[in-house]
Amino acid sequence: MDIPKLQAQGVTKAFRSGKRRLDVLDSIDLRVGVGEFVTVIGPSGCGKSTLFNIVAGIESPDSGTVAIDGDATGRRTGKSGYMPQQPLLLPWRTVEENVMLGLDVRHVPRKEAQTQASELLKRFGLLEFAGHYPATLSGGMKQRVALLRTVLFNRSFLLLDEPFGALDALTRVTCQMWLLDVWQQFSSSVLFITHDVREAILLSDRIYVLSARPARVLRVVEVSLPRPRNPEQLAQPEAVQLEQELMSLLLKEQAL
Amino acid sequence: MRLRAFASYGPAIVLAVAILLLWEAYVRAGNISPQVLPAPSAILAGLVANWAVIYDNMLPTLVETVLGLLIAIVMGVILAILLDLSGWVRKAIYPLLVTSQTIPIVTVAALLLLWIGYDIRSKLILVILYCFFPIAVACADGLASVEPELIHLLKSMNASRWQILWMVRLPAAMPAFFSGLRIATTYSVIGAVFSEYVGGEKGLGIYLQRATNSFAIVQVFAAIVVISALSILLFGLVSLIERLALPWYSGRRAGA
Repeated sequence: MDIPKLQAQGVTKAFRSGKRRLDVLDSIDLRVGVGEFVTVIGPSGCGKSTLFNIVAGIESPDSGTVAIDGDATGRRTGKSGYMPQQPLLLPWRTVEENVMLGLDVRHVPRKEAQTQASELLKRFGLLEFAGHYPATLSGGMKQRVALLRTVLFNRSFLLLDEPFGALDALTRVTCQMWLLDVWQQFSSSVLFITHDVREAILLSDRIYVLSARPARVLRVVEVSLPRPRNPEQLAQPEAVQLEQELMSLLLKEQAL
Repeated sequence: MRLRAFASYGPAIVLAVAILLLWEAYVRAGNISPQVLPAPSAILAGLVANWAVIYDNMLPTLVETVLGLLIAIVMGVILAILLDLSGWVRKAIYPLLVTSQTIPIVTVAALLLLWIGYDIRSKLILVILYCFFPIAVACADGLASVEPELIHLLKSMNASRWQILWMVRLPAAMPAFFSGLRIATTYSVIGAVFSEYVGGEKGLGIYLQRATNSFAIVQVFAAIVVISALSILLFGLVSLIERLALPWYSGRRAGA
């Protein structure tokens, strides 16, 4: 009953090029319970994305274990919906066909994939763009499409790497609210990466603060703001205090 | 839209007509003997008068061109995929490929004549030699230009190597492939005409040679006109196919 979605223990990783060795991750422990929204925050270049690629199964750790649904030995690719920083939509596929990508990889019959994709687009208000090519969409729209692609591939565990980092402030807030909506409707487990403290507080149940490279877990913070969340909650004293606390922690790391 | 596309050729048409008129006037003014440089009107008249013979000679050239180009496309794409398979294959094949282009085709033509004789095979080989290189190189560059993050995304979805090739790399390489194909197309007609110089019964190259040997200057020019027209037609056909096959790309290019 108590098997977490993700349990990472002692994950360590270094990259070598010739004789140089770059330590990136130093014994990271991380846990995402079923249905939890967990955020990893850290100074830029600290190895967050490496951690991500390891969880997604694209890279493997030098030591330590990563278990998804309690399975630490099987392959991890395909067990999470992975969404990188750029939307990475395929320009030759329409919005609907992009959303279907994961199902195509799984050899789901075209008709069925199409039905699922258009249902999802309809549910989240993007149906009118189904036949558009990505080049005609705005940045926020592209990220929404990318998120739906991720959800359609695997709605139980979402890995989101700074998905809204490149958006303007207003679009970002609407996308954040939209993400929370998706998360609640599908009761997904989410591992979210950002370097934006306010974003982390607004979205998360729990925040892991990483140090500068090589990354260690500096602090684990539970966010107890009530749900459903809205941006106004960031003005509450509890949130403001948390924001300042995390900010000073990160600033110290960034300076190092 | 169509009118505007036509209008974009306007300056070229005006310039071409102006040159033709000047040429006509120059020859008619008696500045130069029509035995050396016939007037455009005389060339046109010669083309009409000799059309039956020219047409008869054009068909084999056209067959060699199109057949050779098609084989070159298949070979070029297969070679590009081979080059893309691994760094080692690329390192092994690429220098040989470049070296193959430094061999003067005239000498190859002479050898082919000795080895094969003058049936269509030796002509196809020459057309292919002219055409496969730009296709292979452009297509290989296109395959290599895919963002690594996109490959990561597909890997995280558990996509196989072939799925990544088929769903991402090949479609992404299509614009580059068509650039290479357009270059190859302009080479192909010349390649076929040249291959006929070596020998044969019918073909524009043979017609051209006979006309030259008998000092039938008007027929030489008529043949040149037909060769150019064929090249332009094929080029236009390839551009049309590109626009139909890559609707997502041509729209983007027009906008750029």
